[in-house]
Amino acid sequence: MINIYPKIISRGHPSLLMTYLAPIIAIVLTLITGSIIFSFMGFTPFFALHTFFISPISTYYGVSELFLKATPLALIAIGLSFCFKNNIYNIGAEGQLTMGAIFGGGVGIFFYNVEGFWLLPLIIICGAIGGIIWAMIPAILKVRFNTNEILTSLMLVYVAALILDYLVVGPWRDPDGLSFPKTRPFNDSARMPLLFEGLRVHFGLILTIISVFIAWFIYSKTMLGYQLKVAGLSPKASRFAGFNQNKLVYITFGICGALSGIAGVGEVTGPIGLIYRDISPNYGFTAIIVAFLGRLHPVGIIFASIVIALTYLGAEDAQLFMQVPQAVGFVFQGLVLFYLLGADLLINYRISFYKRSLINEH
Amino acid sequence: MNIDLIFSIINIVLIATTPLVFASIGELVTEKSGVLNLGVEGMMLVGAVTAFVTLVITNNYFLTFLFGMLSGLLMSSLFAFLVLILLSNQVATGLALTIFGIGLSSMIGKKYIGTPIEGVNPYYFIILSFFVVYAVNQFLYKTKPGLILRAVGESHISAHAQGYNVIKIRFLSIAFGGLMCGLAGAYMSIAYAPMWQENMVAGRGWIALALVVFATWKPGRALLGAYIFGSVSILQMNLQGFGVRIPAQFFVMAPYLATIIVLVIISSDRLRIKLSAPACLTIPFFRGR
Repeated sequence: MINIYPKIISRGHPSLLMTYLAPIIAIVLTLITGSIIFSFMGFTPFFALHTFFISPISTYYGVSELFLKATPLALIAIGLSFCFKNNIYNIGAEGQLTMGAIFGGGVGIFFYNVEGFWLLPLIIICGAIGGIIWAMIPAILKVRFNTNEILTSLMLVYVAALILDYLVVGPWRDPDGLSFPKTRPFNDSARMPLLFEGLRVHFGLILTIISVFIAWFIYSKTMLGYQLKVAGLSPKASRFAGFNQNKLVYITFGICGALSGIAGVGEVTGPIGLIYRDISPNYGFTAIIVAFLGRLHPVGIIFASIVIALTYLGAEDAQLFMQVPQAVGFVFQGLVLFYLLGADLLINYRISFYKRSLINEH
Repeated sequence: MNIDLIFSIINIVLIATTPLVFASIGELVTEKSGVLNLGVEGMMLVGAVTAFVTLVITNNYFLTFLFGMLSGLLMSSLFAFLVLILLSNQVATGLALTIFGIGLSSMIGKKYIGTPIEGVNPYYFIILSFFVVYAVNQFLYKTKPGLILRAVGESHISAHAQGYNVIKIRFLSIAFGGLMCGLAGAYMSIAYAPMWQENMVAGRGWIALALVVFATWKPGRALLGAYIFGSVSILQMNLQGFGVRIPAQFFVMAPYLATIIVLVIISSDRLRIKLSAPACLTIPFFRGR
C-alpha cells in the first residue's frame, strides 16, 4: 500500500504563474468533465465537443455571433471587475442592464418617428444613466444603512425585470403589435450601426474595446486605480492611507451600473431593435464568471468573454443538433467557475505529497 | 370579512411560508458555523427538480423527498469541498453553486415541464418545519455539540486550539444546510406547486438568506421573520382580490422590495449586526499556518 498523503502548504508569496495558469486549468478540466457528461448521455465526446465548441465558429457568421455575445459579457465584466477589486459584491448587473435597456430604449421609443445622428448617443447616455441609477440604490443602502449589497442588488434584478414586464405589456406595448408583449421597433438612426454588412456584430463591440482601454488606463495609471488596488488587498491599509471607502463604493457601483446599462442598450438597439421581455439570456450573471475567469484584468476579461460566449453558441447548437437542453451552457459556465475557484488554491498554496510517517514533522 | 376567509388566508400563509422556513433554518446553521453559502437558490432548484423527477419515475413519496434532500446534500458537499479543503472564496463559490444549480435543474427538468403529478398534503411539512426550528434552537443553545458549532463560527482558531475539528464541524453544518434546502425545494415542486417549471424557486433562496440576517442569526426569529414575510406577500395577493387596481407586476414585486426594506431596517443598527453575526463568517480556516 502506498502511504502518500497530500498536504496543502502556504507558498508565502502568491504565484504569478498560477494566477494566469488557473483559468487554463479550469477550462481544460471543464472540457474533460463535459466529455464525460456527454458520453453518459450517449454521444461520442469528440462529436459532442466539436458540435459544442468548434462548429458554432466555423463560419464568418458564427464568429460574428461569438463577438456579438462576447460584447455585453465583456462590457459588464469590466464594470464588475471595478466592484470585485474593491471587495464589493455587486451581483445585480442583470438588473442594471435591464434598467439601461428601459432608459435607453424608452428614449428610442419616444423618438420612434424622429431620425437624427444625435439619437443613438442620447440613447447610450440615457442607458448609462439608467444603469447608474439602479446601481446607486444598493450603493447608497450599503454606505448609509450598512445593508448587504449582495442581497439588495440581487433583489433589484427581480424588480427591474418586473418593471420591464409591466412596460412591455402595458404602456409601451406596440399599438400595431397584435398584442404581443413588445414595444414598437426603433427607427434606423436609433440602432447600433453594424460593423460588417450581413453580420450582426455591431458598434457595441467598439464601445467595449474602448472601455477595456479606459479600464486598463484607470487601473494602471490613475490614483483611483491605485486606491482600488490597496482597498482590495487590505481594507485596513486603505483606511489608514485616508482613502475614502464610501466614495470608492459609489464610484465602483457607478462604473458598473453605467457599463451594464450600456450593455443593455447594446442588446435592444443592436440585434433586437425593440424591447421585449427576454432581452438578456442572463448576461448580467454570466459576466460574474467572465470577470473571475479574466482575473479582474481588462485583457483577461476579453479572452474570458470569448470563451464564455462560446458556451452560449455551443448550447444553441447542442440543442439543435443533439437535442440537449440549452441550459447545458449554464452548467458548463458553473463548472468553469467551480474549477477556477478550486484551481485558485494553487496561487497561494502548493500541494506536497508526504509519506505518512513524515507528516508530523511538517 | 368572514371566518372562512381568515382561515383560508392563514392556510395560504402557512403553505407559502414553509419553504422559506426550511431554507433559512438550514442556512442559519451553516452561517452559525462561520460559513456563508450563497448557493441556497441553486440547491433549492436542484432539490425541486430531483424530487419531481423521482416522483414521476418511482411514484414513491418517501424516495421523492429522500432524493430531493440528498441532492441538496450533494450540492452542498461540492460547495464544502471547495471552501473548506480548497479554501476558495465563499461568496464566489456560493454564486457558482447557484449558477450551476440553475443550469443543472433546467437541464434535468426540461423533459418534465408540464408533466402532471399528484401533490402531497403540505400540512405534514408545515408541522415538520416548526419541529425543525424548535430542534435546531434546542441543539444550538442547549447542547454541547451546538455550543461547539457556535464556537467554531465565533473563533475557529480558539476552537481548533481546544482540539475540535473545525473542518468536520463546518462540513456537517454545510451539509445540514444542503439537506434543508433540498427539502425546501422538494416541498416546492411536490407539495406547494405541485409541478416543475424552470426557475420556479423565483428568488426564495435569496429571500431565505436575507431572513437569516433579519433574524440576527436566531432560529426563533427566523421563523417569525419568515411568517411576517409570508403574510406580507400573501396580503398583496388578497389586496388584489379586493379590487385594488394596481398592475399585477407591482404585486409580484412586493416580496423583493419588502426584503430590501427589512434588510435596511435591521442592518442600519451596525452594532447589533456586528454583535450577532458569527465573527468568523466568510473567513476561511487554514490549519497549516
